[in-house]
Amino acid sequence: MTPPLQKPKRKNPILRTRLPVPPPQARSRYALGLLRGAAQGRLELQECRDCGQVQYPPREMCRRCLSDRLDWKPQPEDGELISETLLRHSLELFFRERVPWRTGLVRLRGGVTVVAHIHADVPPPPARVRVRAHLDRAGQAVLVAIPERDTPNMADDKIMREMTCDPKFRKVLVTDGKTAVGQALVKALAKAGADIVWVGNAEPWKNFPGFDEIKSIPQVTLLNLDVTDQRSVREIAGEIAGRVDIVVNNAEVHRTYGISARYGTDAARAEMDVNYFGLLRLAQEFGPALKARGADGVNSAVAWVNLLSIYALANFPPHGTFSASKAAAHSLAQCLRAEMRPTGVRVINVYPGPIDDEWNQLLLPPKIAPGALANAIVNALRQGTEDVYPGDVAQDWLARWRDNPKALEVEASNP
Amino acid sequence: MNRRASYDGIVVTTPVSIPYVRFSIRAAHWWIGRALAELIRDSHIEKGHIDGFCVSSFTLAPDTAIGLSEHLGLSTRWLDFVPLGGNCGVVSLRRAARAVQSGDAEIVACIAGDTNHVDSFRQGTANFSRFARDAVYPMGAGGPNQSFAYLTDYYMRTFGAEPADFGKMCVAQRQNALKIPYAMFKKPLTMEEYLGARLIADPVRLFDCVMPCAGAEGFLVMRRETAEAAGIKYARVLGAIERHAAFQSDPIQYRGGWALERDELYGQAGVAPADIDFIQVYDDYPVINMLQFEDLGFCGKGEAPAFVRANTLTVDGTFPSNTSGGQLSVGQAGAAGGMLGMVEAIRQLTRQTIGGQVPDAALGLVSGFGMINYDRGLSTGAAILAAA
Ligand SMILES: [Zn+2]
Repeated sequence: MTPPLQKPKRKNPILRTRLPVPPPQARSRYALGLLRGAAQGRLELQECRDCGQVQYPPREMCRRCLSDRLDWKPQPEDGELISETLLRHSLELFFRERVPWRTGLVRLRGGVTVVAHIHADVPPPPARVRVRAHLDRAGQAVLVAIPERDTPNMADDKIMREMTCDPKFRKVLVTDGKTAVGQALVKALAKAGADIVWVGNAEPWKNFPGFDEIKSIPQVTLLNLDVTDQRSVREIAGEIAGRVDIVVNNAEVHRTYGISARYGTDAARAEMDVNYFGLLRLAQEFGPALKARGADGVNSAVAWVNLLSIYALANFPPHGTFSASKAAAHSLAQCLRAEMRPTGVRVINVYPGPIDDEWNQLLLPPKIAPGALANAIVNALRQGTEDVYPGDVAQDWLARWRDNPKALEVEASNP
Repeated sequence: MNRRASYDGIVVTTPVSIPYVRFSIRAAHWWIGRALAELIRDSHIEKGHIDGFCVSSFTLAPDTAIGLSEHLGLSTRWLDFVPLGGNCGVVSLRRAARAVQSGDAEIVACIAGDTNHVDSFRQGTANFSRFARDAVYPMGAGGPNQSFAYLTDYYMRTFGAEPADFGKMCVAQRQNALKIPYAMFKKPLTMEEYLGARLIADPVRLFDCVMPCAGAEGFLVMRRETAEAAGIKYARVLGAIERHAAFQSDPIQYRGGWALERDELYGQAGVAPADIDFIQVYDDYPVINMLQFEDLGFCGKGEAPAFVRANTLTVDGTFPSNTSGGQLSVGQAGAAGGMLGMVEAIRQLTRQTIGGQVPDAALGLVSGFGMINYDRGLSTGAAILAAA
């Protein structure tokens, strides 16, 4: 069984930090279909619409009936490990730095054989396993076989630690501690074993409700961070950027206007200044340090979380300018993801529906509670997913958007 | 009843091997061109009389057989490119034999050759096939060691093979290789050294792995009358089969396409496994030797470990195998690895060996295996040759 991960020793400042090298990234376009499910933690394989054949590796055609009508469908995760090896040598730097590395062949219940990374707690073959689709440090989808039933400390396994962004023993920055979501995040991250939680507070002269409780958590340190102020962001980055392993950017401004309900651009500018430019300032000041530490041992820099909104995908006219600012942030987050991907730092985008806070007072339930949102974010870090649509409204909008974006445009304007 | 016509009257001649080197700054064109030059030199056949050309190579890109024809100044009326790796020797022979039988060509030069630059192997592995690139290489990038470790692990668990069984084959092949001057491994190997060597990808050990290198192998295919008129020593083609991508529904590979075609192979040749004097099998990695012993009918499925224990595999043994040392000792010069056994079989049957001669060798079996596209080798073939 996996021994519990020990708190890493202080880094020797004289030794060179290992530079990040990604695992192999090349894939054919069809193979990227695996990525869509993996980004949300689902095992999806190609299934033939005409004959039902499940197949892997991905193909252009059905291997049985030669139909090209192939869909990526969720698959049962259970299978049998039928053979294995422990690699002590690899052709690629990423694995050379991490051998011995366990891999094997798993026969899935669906009748396909897959090559998978094998969790250390899986017994030798033949052994029952569950196969998960995970994102690796290149942000590419890979398959991981885990034990049939959960084992103690299974998240601490070497292979899992490379697939996930577990906050355990990591140092986290939460950019805004004054909101209910921010405070819920701080508590959830501390509970998940984060080593340090730095908490941003743009207005230190005010004492917001709940702040005293946050301050009493031993891992928490408050920082005077204002994401609208480049100098503030730079100063804080100068202090801590070289040690931050996970950035959670939850700072946001949310006003409830469309275009005609309010004259002028002040509110919209304030939204853009925090929701879009705030992300840009943070990414410019913190990004380089995180990227340099993407392979820095078991507590490497590992994730950048953006609190976006499901309305980033399609505008919600009653909150029209807010939606627009989140769409801008969503687009910028894609750029950040592209720049971070080769370094192993995962950009996790979170798209909640309306949060149960004062700015959504007039919206009918369901709304997602701050605590539930915080838990969804910590879960995403632990599971290693990168696209998170927490709550019923987010799931509903996502399904509509995927099904027919034009229909959603009309539906959103007639709520 | 055989579906295939016989290969009556077709012979193979002129075994050539361009001495292997670990790394080469030459291109595949040079290695294949050298083999062609030696085929011409040794056979005394003029270049202009070679009217069929069959090429196998992994490192010829961006060229194929046609670009190479112009490169080497050949004009033929029959041309084939056989990108089948470890099965290219049997397939080249079989197709060339049909070309000669049908009159499409009179003399076919079959050559497999590859260069090996310092980073060739990694690049070749990373881009070996679409399935490998999509679904194998990202899962550890262990290359062939990884894929064959799966097959070896499964075979050992299922059929009870022991490390010493693989060791026995490796040690015997090393013994066979000691007289081959260009072999990558020139020192004797003991069982202690085999078992004590480091694990590379459990259960695969160091000496289960071939050494990638540069080199080329070649031979000629023609009618018996042509060879006799030119005064060239030859071996006769009694039978040859190929079978690709067999047993796709097996969860993991423990048998190959030989099992589907062997009855016809022996039927064509009019011989039985017990009549065979020596065998040349594809030996990257030794578990594959066992699959071939079984699927070609020398023993039953799962009985190869006992068969190996009961036999001696050296040139002078009860079951001479890979009599020049095979890829395990001589090296794997890319696609030439798939032709090494064929060339050695011709040497044995025409008494032109570089290493040891199997006493009174009259019948030889050559088997090919190649192309792990995803989780298993897809291409299999075998041929039976006889001394003149
Ligand atoms: Zn189909």
